[in-house]
Amino acid sequence: MSIFEYNGSALVAMVGKNCFAIASDRRLGVQLQTIATDFQKIYKIHEKLFIGLSGLATDAQTLYQRLVFRHKLYQLREERDMKPETFASLVSAILYEKRFGPYFCQPVIAGLGDEDKPFICTMDSIGAKELAKDFVVAGTASESLYGACESMFKPDMDAEELFETISQALLSSVDRDCLSGWGGHVYVVTPTEVTERILKGRMD
Amino acid sequence: MESVFGLVGKDFAIVAADSSAVHSILVHKTNEDKIMLLDSHKLMGASGETGDRAQFTEYIQKNVALYQFRNGIPLTTAAAANFTRGELATALRKNPYMVNIIMAGHDKDVGPSLYFIDYIASLHKLDKAAFGYGSYFALSMMDRHYRKDMTVEEAIDLVDKVIMEIRSRLVVAPPNFVIKIVDKDGAREYAWRESIKDAPVPAV
Repeated sequence: MSIFEYNGSALVAMVGKNCFAIASDRRLGVQLQTIATDFQKIYKIHEKLFIGLSGLATDAQTLYQRLVFRHKLYQLREERDMKPETFASLVSAILYEKRFGPYFCQPVIAGLGDEDKPFICTMDSIGAKELAKDFVVAGTASESLYGACESMFKPDMDAEELFETISQALLSSVDRDCLSGWGGHVYVVTPTEVTERILKGRMD
Repeated sequence: MESVFGLVGKDFAIVAADSSAVHSILVHKTNEDKIMLLDSHKLMGASGETGDRAQFTEYIQKNVALYQFRNGIPLTTAAAANFTRGELATALRKNPYMVNIIMAGHDKDVGPSLYFIDYIASLHKLDKAAFGYGSYFALSMMDRHYRKDMTVEEAIDLVDKVIMEIRSRLVVAPPNFVIKIVDKDGAREYAWRESIKDAPVPAV
């Protein structure tokens, strides 16, 4: 039993035309037992930047609190929000600080950068950044997610189509993973609005 | 192994815990109170390593009181739960407390609330929660019979059903349970469910 598989999670982010979507499952488990079916894994840093944290729930909560703290300080000093690229470097640095006693989390970062260009990236638990132009995945269901996204993704989808694609990819992948599921949580972000939707999938 | 469980009702929350203090195959006592009153409107039921449980819950209780002395107002349930999580998270990579906690409280503005806090400091707000081997029976019974906004009588009936399941289906079932309730009038002991009475200690 790996420590990354203690709580169970599935995260995916996809790039569309001038928009992005980030989605997660909703299960909080303790190994085989399900504790909650409404656990939040995607957090808003600012209007155009979201971070999903998969892996051990306690470390995800601690890491999120540290990141919010750092971003609020940044906002006070710079009088503006952090760019997604900058934030990704911050997360990477914070994770590498704990190189020999890491946070057991895999973050997925998605945001709209300069001129509202969508940005997504993921990293491992010690901060190795992985930028991608199409999609990034994380969590216990990551292998299924890679397959589903690779086959369902096409570039330059609009917000509606992107929502459909990411939802189908998420639901079909978590159905093959016993540690994640119990619904889905999808955020679709365009330069003008953020749409949050809950998906109902197989509730097991 | 120790069982603690709790649920939220119409305007109250209930926490129940077994009351056996066990050391390997020996039962030291059967009327150990594992649900601590943190302040007038908060309860904390804890299960896990005996020494850690007693020390950690007392530490939290005294810090909650200190906050009230310093600031003149009591902590909210959410704040107390997050403080507890913070203490567990800080100690996690140094000297972890092996204590699982169910915290229940009643606030004037929010009403009753229940927090699940794992020994590795995963925090989640829930309507029903359980720890220990008894949780397998408690969660199933509560999933079946729990509804939102139950009255005290209905909730106690459900608690009794859970206790009956634990007594009849768990191989080394704890004989006695304590039930505590918190509502707008405060936190207090509600009842004991005893099937074995300890011999009273003669006065010296």
